Amino acid sequence: MTEIPTQRQSAFQVLTGLFSLPAGARIGVGPMIAVAILVAIVLASVFAPFYVPYDPLSMDAMARLKPPSETHLLGTDPYGRDMFSRVMTGGRVSLLIGVGAAVVSVAVGLFIGLVAGFFRAADGVIMRIMDSLMAIPAILLAIALVALNGPSLSSVIIAITVPEVPRVVRLVRSVVLSAREEPYVEAAIALGSSMPKILIQHLMPNTFAPLIVQGTYICASAILIEAILSFLGAGVSTEIPTWGNIMAEGRTYFQIKPGLIFWPGLLLSLCILAINLLGDTARDLLDPRMKKREG
Amino acid sequence: MFLYILKRVLATIPVMVIVAIFVFLLLRLTPGDPAAILAGDAATPAQLERIRDRLGLNDPLIVQFATWAGQLLRGDLGTSLLSNTSVAGMLGDRIGPTINIALMTITISVLLAVPMGVLAAWRHRTWVDFLVMSFSVLGFSVPVFVIGYILIQIFAIELRWVPVQGYKDPSAGFGAFFSRAILPSLTLATIYIALIARMTRASMLEVLGEDYIRTARAKGVRENVVLFRHALRNAAVPILTIIGTGFALLISGVVVTESVFNIPGIGRLTVDAILARDYPVIQAMILLTAGIYVFVNLIVDVSYSFFDPRIRY
Repeated sequence: MTEIPTQRQSAFQVLTGLFSLPAGARIGVGPMIAVAILVAIVLASVFAPFYVPYDPLSMDAMARLKPPSETHLLGTDPYGRDMFSRVMTGGRVSLLIGVGAAVVSVAVGLFIGLVAGFFRAADGVIMRIMDSLMAIPAILLAIALVALNGPSLSSVIIAITVPEVPRVVRLVRSVVLSAREEPYVEAAIALGSSMPKILIQHLMPNTFAPLIVQGTYICASAILIEAILSFLGAGVSTEIPTWGNIMAEGRTYFQIKPGLIFWPGLLLSLCILAINLLGDTARDLLDPRMKKREG
Repeated sequence: MFLYILKRVLATIPVMVIVAIFVFLLLRLTPGDPAAILAGDAATPAQLERIRDRLGLNDPLIVQFATWAGQLLRGDLGTSLLSNTSVAGMLGDRIGPTINIALMTITISVLLAVPMGVLAAWRHRTWVDFLVMSFSVLGFSVPVFVIGYILIQIFAIELRWVPVQGYKDPSAGFGAFFSRAILPSLTLATIYIALIARMTRASMLEVLGEDYIRTARAKGVRENVVLFRHALRNAAVPILTIIGTGFALLISGVVVTESVFNIPGIGRLTVDAILARDYPVIQAMILLTAGIYVFVNLIVDVSYSFFDPRIRY
C-alpha cells in the first residue's frame, strides 16, 4: 500500500482493484491457454441444449455401443444414447456443482471464520469442531451425506460443501486474527464503530483475495468429488447426466469401449486443470508472499 | 518431549469425542430407518416396532448415544445390521489388503516424489522442473478412477503384464501379491506424488537460497551431499506436514481404488455399508479413519524434532 485512499472504498471497488495488474506484471502463456480452455468448456456446456444433435436421455435400442461415426461423433453408450450430446450436456451440471459448492462453502466459511476470528469466546469451540470435521475423510463424509439425504443435486452440493467449510474457516480466521491487530481496526474500535460494521467494513475485505484463490481450488475439487461420488454410486441420479455419472455408467463396458470413460474423463480433467492453473495464477497475482514460497 | 507427547495425545481426545457425536447425530437425524432396512419390505408395523425396540431405536437420543459410547469404550464396535456379525470382526477380516496397499503406496510415493521435488528445485526453471510441475498439476486434475482405468487399459489389457483386477495376500507368494497390488498402488500414488513433489520443490527452493548452502558449495562439498544432507534435511518439516495431511487424501483414494480393482479391503466395505445404510459399520469406519488420520498427524508432529533439532518441546 503506497497510496492512501482518500475515500472509503466500497467492497466492489476492493474486488475489482484486486484484479488490476500491478505495474510491470505480465501474465504468462500458460494461464492464457487455461482461460481459453475454460471459456470454451463453459460456453460449450452452457449452450449445449441448443446445438447437441440428440436428446441426451433418448435411448435407441438399434444403436447400442456404436463406434464414433458421422451421425454419432463420439459413438453411443450401452443404451444407444448419443455420447457427444451426453458429454456436452453433462458438463453443465458438473460445472454447476463446482461453482455451487465453491460459492456455498466460501459464504458459510466466511461467516463462521469471521465470528471465530473476532469473538475470542467462540473461537475455541468453533475451531475444535472444525478440527474434528477435517479429521473425517472428505469422500466418506460426502458419500454418507448423499446416501442419507437422497441423490438430488442440492444434496450432492451440500455433501461436497460440508468437508470444505473447515478449510475456508481456518483461512478466514487466520486473516482476521492478523488484520485485527492493524492500527486502522484499533482506530475503528476506539472511535466506537459497531461490531458488525468493523467486521464487514474493515475485516472482511482483507479476506477477499485469499478467498478468491481458495474458491477456485474448491470449485476444481468439487467437480472432481462429484465424479468420484457418482462413480461410487452416491452421485446425482442418472436422469441428469453429469461427467461423473456418465463415467460411472461406462464402467461395466469399459473393456469393450474405453471411450465411455475416456471422453468425459478428458473433458473433466481439462476443465479441472484449467481451473487449477487459474487458481495458481490468481494466487501469484493476489498474494505475492505466497508466490515467493512456491517459487 | 514426553510431556509434549502426552499433551498432544490428550488434545486428540476432544477431537475424537466431537467426531463421535457428529457421526452419531449424522446418522440419527437424517431420514432413513435402519429397522425398515433390516425388516425388509414385507414387515408389518408390529414387527418393525419389535426390531426398533431390540436395536434401542425407541430410546431417547441421549440414552442411545450413552449406550453406544459405553460400548465403544469397552472396545465393542457393535454388530452389522446386514450380516449380523461383529463390526470389529469384519474390520479385522478386511483391513489386511488395505494396509498392504497403503504401505506400498506410501513407499512408492515418498521414494519417487522426494527425489522428483529435489530435482525440480535443483534444476529450477528448466525442462526438468517443468516436467515435474506438469505431472504434479496433472495428478491433481485427473480423477483417481480414471487413472486406474488408464493403467488397467495399458498394463493389463494391452501389454498383459499384470491381472486386470483382484487381490492376493502376500502369504500366497510375493509375486502373486505384487502383480495385483502394483496397479492399485500406482493409481493411489499419483495424487500423493503430485502433492509431495510440489511441496518438496517449494520447500527446497526456499532452503537452496540460504547462505549456508552457498557456504557448503564454496567449501567444495559434493553437490549431492549439499542437496540431500544440507538442504533436504532443512526442508523436511513442510514435507512431513504434507505427508501427514495428505493422508486424508490417501484414505479417500483407498475407497475409490478398491472399487476399481475389486480389492476386498475396508474401503469397499465402507462404500457397501453406506449404500446399504448399515449404521454400525458406517459409524465404526468413520471413527476409525478419523482416528488413523489424527494418529498419523500426531506422529508427524512428534517427528519434527527428529529432522529439525531446533524444534524442542
